Amino acid sequence: MKEQVKEAKIRKAETERLRTIYFLLKMQVNLSIYQPINFLLSQADNSLILGHRNSEWTGHGPILEQDIALSNIALDLVGQARNFYQYAASVANNAGHSHGQVTEDSLAYLRDAWDFKNCLLVEQPNGDWAKTILRQFLFSLYQFYLYEQLRYSKDEMVAAISEKALKEVTYHVKWSSEWVIRLGDGTEESHTRMINALDELWKFTDELFIPAAFEMEAAGNGIGTDVAALKSKWFAKVIEIFEEATMPITNLSNKQWAGLFGKDGNHSEHLGYILAEMQFLQRTYPGCEW
Amino acid sequence: MTKSDWPLWEVFIRSKQGLDHKHAGSLHAADAQMAIENARDVYTRRMEGISIWVVESKYIHASNPSEGSSFYDPANDKAYRHPTFYKLPDELENM
Repeated sequence: MKEQVKEAKIRKAETERLRTIYFLLKMQVNLSIYQPINFLLSQADNSLILGHRNSEWTGHGPILEQDIALSNIALDLVGQARNFYQYAASVANNAGHSHGQVTEDSLAYLRDAWDFKNCLLVEQPNGDWAKTILRQFLFSLYQFYLYEQLRYSKDEMVAAISEKALKEVTYHVKWSSEWVIRLGDGTEESHTRMINALDELWKFTDELFIPAAFEMEAAGNGIGTDVAALKSKWFAKVIEIFEEATMPITNLSNKQWAGLFGKDGNHSEHLGYILAEMQFLQRTYPGCEW
Repeated sequence: MTKSDWPLWEVFIRSKQGLDHKHAGSLHAADAQMAIENARDVYTRRMEGISIWVVESKYIHASNPSEGSSFYDPANDKAYRHPTFYKLPDELENM
């Protein structure tokens, strides 16, 4: 009798698991046409992918305190991602597209690379400390001016998330800009590494300020903001920091990325590897819990 | 920039309810600004505090433990040094 009860329980769990997988797979196709979620997903994806990239440094930092600092930043970013994913999930579920099955986990762990809306900058490999620092600086500065505007979003939730995130990002900008200065205006080696980092990363900065369709729609609704309008303040601050870091401020490579953009789902090969590592556990054991 | 060039700093944190900065630990940093940020990253992760002091360890001078008996024991049996032998007027509320 005990054996039969046990069998029944196992079979029931199996059925639940299969049902969840089925709904979640179905949901992936439906979501990508839902514009309001795309705006939220884009913010979340940016933070999640960069948070994941930074977490790759954990245990490998050049010195203990900086290992902790970057890990803290990774945690901040993943926290921001969670806030946006949770809200996106509730919007999706309330809109009735998804059989009530969308969760922050399914959004983060069960979408494929072409459904991710992060920019190309955040998926770039960490490289050395200089490249990681520069990537953080360029992106956090963008987030700073972005959240500064999104605080006034007509959507209360977006405004609340942005208000909280702005405090975290203010510190990220302080921390990373100081490192840019330390390394840029440091030794010959650190300066060279910063120049190389700049050569590799600058081409991905334009994308931040070219609005995707869902960003234009969100801005039109008062939920988002015009990202193109953020560029001049961002650029001015970059120049200010680069000057102090003795880094080049003229002839910053005009060669911007000429391909398609990450925000539209066209990613570099890097994202595939990132997701393979990040999503492996949830995809192998769907619905698993600690 | 070798690690040995970075001085050691002692970190003192004041908690939200506290009045004094308590010693929280130590860390390496290149300069004071970096030391404060490192202290923020390492020692205030769990809302331990709202104010940070950092002092280079070389500026902290401590008493010698082996002199402890001559420094501190004599105070043990001198009750007359404690301000408890007079009555305060009630009007003094917060003495």
